[in-house]
Amino acid sequence: MAIRRRDFLKSSAIAAASLVLPRFARGTETASIYDIERFGNARILHLTDTHAQLNPVYFREPSVNIGIGEMTGRPPHLVGHAFLEHFGIRPDSADAYAFTSVEFEKSAGRFGKLGGFAHLKTLIDRLRSDVGDKHAMLVDGGDLWQGTGLANIMQGRDMVEVANLLGIEAMTGHWEFTYGEQVLRENLEHFKGEFLAQNVFLTEEAAFNDAPAFDKATGRVFKPSTIREIGGHRVAIIGQAFPYVPIAHPKRFTPDWTFGIREEELQKHVDALRGADKVDAVILLSHNGIDVDLKLASRVTGIDVILGGHTHDAVPQPIAVKNAGGTTLVTNAGSNGKFLGVLDLALDKGKVSDVKYHLLPVYSELLKPDPAMAELIGKLRAPHVTDWVDKIATPDRLLYRRDNFAGPIDELICTALRSELDAEIALSPGFRWGITALSGQPLTMEDVLAETAITYPETYVQEMTGTEIKDVLEDICDNLFNPDPYYQQGGDMVRAGGLSYTCSPTNAIGSRISELKLTNGKALSASRHYKVAGWASVNGQQGAPVWDVVGKYLRSGRMFRERLGTGVSLKGVDGNPGIAG
Amino acid sequence: MTTHTGPHPTRRLILQGAASVALIGLGNLPFAPARAAANDKYPEEAFKLKNEADAIKALYGKTAEPSDKIKLDAPEIAENGGVVPISVTTTLDKVTSISFFVAENPNALAASYKIPDGTIPAVANRLKMAKTSSVTAIVEADGKLYSATKEVKVTVGGCGG
Repeated sequence: MAIRRRDFLKSSAIAAASLVLPRFARGTETASIYDIERFGNARILHLTDTHAQLNPVYFREPSVNIGIGEMTGRPPHLVGHAFLEHFGIRPDSADAYAFTSVEFEKSAGRFGKLGGFAHLKTLIDRLRSDVGDKHAMLVDGGDLWQGTGLANIMQGRDMVEVANLLGIEAMTGHWEFTYGEQVLRENLEHFKGEFLAQNVFLTEEAAFNDAPAFDKATGRVFKPSTIREIGGHRVAIIGQAFPYVPIAHPKRFTPDWTFGIREEELQKHVDALRGADKVDAVILLSHNGIDVDLKLASRVTGIDVILGGHTHDAVPQPIAVKNAGGTTLVTNAGSNGKFLGVLDLALDKGKVSDVKYHLLPVYSELLKPDPAMAELIGKLRAPHVTDWVDKIATPDRLLYRRDNFAGPIDELICTALRSELDAEIALSPGFRWGITALSGQPLTMEDVLAETAITYPETYVQEMTGTEIKDVLEDICDNLFNPDPYYQQGGDMVRAGGLSYTCSPTNAIGSRISELKLTNGKALSASRHYKVAGWASVNGQQGAPVWDVVGKYLRSGRMFRERLGTGVSLKGVDGNPGIAG
Repeated sequence: MTTHTGPHPTRRLILQGAASVALIGLGNLPFAPARAAANDKYPEEAFKLKNEADAIKALYGKTAEPSDKIKLDAPEIAENGGVVPISVTTTLDKVTSISFFVAENPNALAASYKIPDGTIPAVANRLKMAKTSSVTAIVEADGKLYSATKEVKVTVGGCGG
């Protein structure tokens, strides 16, 4: 299968001048970047990890996304200029702003926010009608129902309504599971599309107790795949939910279900679709994360394309992976509604003969919001949002989250936790969702919720020894840097406040973290007990929700008088193109 | 983001433990004549040893060679370190026993099963794991020892993307 190189000429033309940096002008000439040449006979539109961001957002891509071992310097572990060079994107262009952190603040003013479901609706409808509805399908890779205060309070129901109007036909899940089985099932009853997951099974106990399942014989809780007629051919879409739900989140949400990558079951299912069902193409709609998908693609045969998510990597071109049966293409389509993946397939009897892929940035200033979707979003937000829109602070710096080790948003959360809960050290999870807030722009409670809205937001304070703290850091660091992707859960390093340390990503677990020090410069003692505050614990906690703690702290006005620092020094990764120079 | 609460032994786990003991006992019954002479008694000593190599030596008195004819199924990351589902099947002939070792557990030998003549050599059990460790399955076949190993992570959890 040939991958055609994306034509960036059209979008670079937008920012042709270098002395005067032009803003986007609403007009037909710029919107032409969405004119995609007709190709093949089936178009699959792929959204993933929108994290319920109904309205357009700023979202800064990472400047640190280190790959080690085989992943060193390979997409998606390229950032900044290394990323631009690899994919042939002009530094001044709109695409450079969308795909990287290069000159983010300067470009944010020029190119504006991305995403938004009313804008997505306009773009999706256009790309569907360009090829005709019988030739197109819209799929979502999960993390659709979580990420905002609204989604949290409505337990994802807002996003089900939005998904129905958008026309999502199949999806899989990750954070969807954190609402628990009952809410998940209720939401799915209202969802007009299909929820697919080949890798979620009843536990033996649940099966013995006759718990509900899609297929009692295999114990599969959900339908594993769907076969659709697209462009006169049979296309199978298999769902792959996030494999580590009961590990990354409290087990109480999914007590009856067991997950995992389930390579063997997947292979059997692909073989059955190819054999008995005689499909022409097999697509894996995956929430594995791209490093896991790349390994899986090298081992499981018979999958044409993996449409991937979870790790929030905006990868402009698919990565071709060879395996015993041929080649599998692996994509990852970014996050927060910033991007729409467009997979055009040339299908023949029993095979995909050619593929063309675009990862389109959803520039909200170039797309007219769809009126029906805008109305639905307004209606959904109206009852809840009035409490959240007042300014509670004005940041004096760019607030973002994504980077392997630290980001100003999490420094803020850690500082709030330490201050409000009177702790020496704070730990905050390395989530990859959460929007970016510009310096000098009002920050609202809605913005705070967009960084914190989960179903287990309770804060805690506990005593931990220096050894226990180091062990936690080592454990989570291995989730990022285990050389075998199957041992990675995705997400970034836990954020530490009041604590600095050195990390050697290329070392083995147990020897990556060293030189732990408190803010006052004192070395962390192995045996001393420290007061540690945190949130998002997988164990039940009783403290106030983290958004209230952060909100209270911000309202006090203390935050921006303090100097923030990341506190993590890196060793052994000099020159790694996953670190912006 | 907090430390683990230690796994609680469930009733099921206790039952499983009992089952493995019973299976070991089978080796002594007249209708299942023991093929291997060295280990047909309850291997009390081997279960007490801390180190994996010592335990293998105490149980079998010899060393194993890796074999791709053993299929060891274990999760990459355990959902619950207290009950980690681990199973073995093998295409090796004349299998007389299958044993499981968790290197980082306080005592490395976790379970040992006698496989009576004519039995399909397939064992599924749940092992309690103290922390991240390699899990090794040893298959005794035709008097020789073969092994398969996989790393199983037991994490503190949390912090997903």
